[in-house]
Amino acid sequence: MGFDYTRSLGPTLGRFLTDLRRRKVTGIRGSDGRVHVPPLEYDPVTAERLSEFVDVASTGVVRGWSWIPEPLEAQPLDRPFAWALIQLDGADTSLLHAVDAGSPDRMSTGARVRVRWRAERVGAITDIECFELSDEPSADPVEADEVTMVTTPVHLHYTHSASPTEDPFLRGLMEGRLIAQRCPECSKVYFPPRPACPTDGVPTTDRIELSDRGTVTTFCVVNVPFLGQRIPPPYVSAYVLLDGADIPFLHLLLGVAPEDVRMGMRVEAVWKPREEWGPTMQNIDHFKPSGEPDAPFDSYSQHL
Amino acid sequence: MRPAAVVGTGQTHHAAKRLDVSMAGLCREAIDRAMADAGVDWPDIDAVVLGKAPDLFEGVMMPELFLADALGAVGKPLLRVHTAGSVGGSTGNVAASLVQSGVHDRVLAVAFEKQSESNAMWALSVPTPFTMPVHAGAGGYFAPHVRAYIRRAAAPEHVGAMVAAKDRRNGALNPYAHLKQPDITVESVRASTMLWDPIRYDETCPSSDGACAVVISAEPTSGRAAWIRATAMRTEPTTFAGRDQVNPQAGRDAARALWKQAGITDPLSEVDAAEIYVPFSWFEPMWLENLGFTDIGQGWKLTEAGETEIGGRLPVNPSGGVLSSNPIGASGLLRFAEAAMQVMGTAGEHQVDGARVALGHAYGGGSQFFAMWVVGQEKP
Repeated sequence: MGFDYTRSLGPTLGRFLTDLRRRKVTGIRGSDGRVHVPPLEYDPVTAERLSEFVDVASTGVVRGWSWIPEPLEAQPLDRPFAWALIQLDGADTSLLHAVDAGSPDRMSTGARVRVRWRAERVGAITDIECFELSDEPSADPVEADEVTMVTTPVHLHYTHSASPTEDPFLRGLMEGRLIAQRCPECSKVYFPPRPACPTDGVPTTDRIELSDRGTVTTFCVVNVPFLGQRIPPPYVSAYVLLDGADIPFLHLLLGVAPEDVRMGMRVEAVWKPREEWGPTMQNIDHFKPSGEPDAPFDSYSQHL
Repeated sequence: MRPAAVVGTGQTHHAAKRLDVSMAGLCREAIDRAMADAGVDWPDIDAVVLGKAPDLFEGVMMPELFLADALGAVGKPLLRVHTAGSVGGSTGNVAASLVQSGVHDRVLAVAFEKQSESNAMWALSVPTPFTMPVHAGAGGYFAPHVRAYIRRAAAPEHVGAMVAAKDRRNGALNPYAHLKQPDITVESVRASTMLWDPIRYDETCPSSDGACAVVISAEPTSGRAAWIRATAMRTEPTTFAGRDQVNPQAGRDAARALWKQAGITDPLSEVDAAEIYVPFSWFEPMWLENLGFTDIGQGWKLTEAGETEIGGRLPVNPSGGVLSSNPIGASGLLRFAEAAMQVMGTAGEHQVDGARVALGHAYGGGSQFFAMWVVGQEKP
């Protein structure tokens, strides 16, 4: 999963990133006289808004570092590099950035470094491509448009390890079977199964198989499109209470006009072709009306 | 437990996109107003409590870390509270408890959301493994339960539209509200697009950037004080067999504890104004019942009779409520702050005449977290 988040910068961070785009590093003076780089919006001593911007050099000194022998996705360099705290000349605080040193043998606390500017700058901390070991000044500033917003894509890759309760449930789905668990205390039947009863707090030891028929307890008609939506609207998202279960789950209801769906409607599963089955509830393509008479309200009113 | 009072409130001008400020700047806009209202400065603040909804909304893990200096928390305790949509209310209650317990004399509570940095509909619809991806944001989650309420209470279909029209008209009286729609009518609400049947576009809260802050103190600092007469929070699991999502047990339990602590036996007679968390219009009658203002199945009758309008028996959301401004993390604290403003007499054009006792209420998650407080003019 991933999303392109934005950041409204406001006046302080906007100035900092606009200046980076102009090949210039800007700090801000705090109430105690210290120059903070990157600039802080609010003073760490008095909490007052800060406004006195200070130009600092694009050269500085390494105050601490750590070698990264195997860079990860989205890190600044695709070859081994150092993460370093760099105090730029004219600043009183250190900036975290990458140093393209080639080898850890060349890195040292106290080493002199300078900014290597990226050729295509957009107004982001990555406009500093990295730092390099040198005491010579960096390229001169240039003109560039103001920056008020940055986009920061965030991506998360994950794997899921099936729990002992999920395992038979998912294996069952791969065989077209619906496996539930029953609480030994209250006898409530959970589908999908739970490792423990949320009411009694005891393991749900009894495994039972349910049919693929049930009752729509309640539902909504989704008419609204949104980012990342998997099913094109309009569609009916229905709570289906399988016969023998004590808790409904959400699934897709087709085969009936949305305006004709009713609370209490009897439905049955429509499975995908067997060759498409995997360990997922999506093996059931959707539910459709079974044609049976509606269930009386009292039969499902305790499951709303 | 010693008494504590809200002595200052502040909020941002809420809007769909506050592109002019960072998250820190957004928080400070509310904080600076609250501290000015309370007549206090940073050295007067002993601790800071921050609330905001799930981190996925802005994509910043633990924003309290980078916000610490902007929140004036350097050298002070800084707590983050996290109870989904109810978090603003929980933040107020946690801050109150720090003062009531005698741990601190003055605590700043602040809550925010900058929804424009992301898309809450996306963030609330990320498919979990193995499930059918039919989820469609908060509206998609709550719509089936609204349908169940309408069926159970045999409520007429126009009641939801009445709530929406009232709250948006009230929002037009509130200078900080995101939506100001003085000319909205029940008919125009009913004519708006059906988004998550039975919830229409105009019955849905907006997506807002905004923040709210309150200063809670053991002693008045500004001369004005909304004394905290009771606080309550309760929780229940999102799902369990037999769960009542229309009238959740946790909400009923919290309300019962709240009224008892406040010494209120007949909420409908004794409460002068209520700021109730109503992100979708039908939650007004649902929560009126859950909170015990009416019997079960009767909440919609209070709304239909016009009794929840400003000037009615129980004005609900005179500020315009969540339906007029919804910076999610801040929405609960806005309810709490607006309740305090009512009893401090600082609510301006949406002031309820003679309001002496007011309720602030928030809920979150799948109607599973509840936070509420009662504030009054009299010191308990």
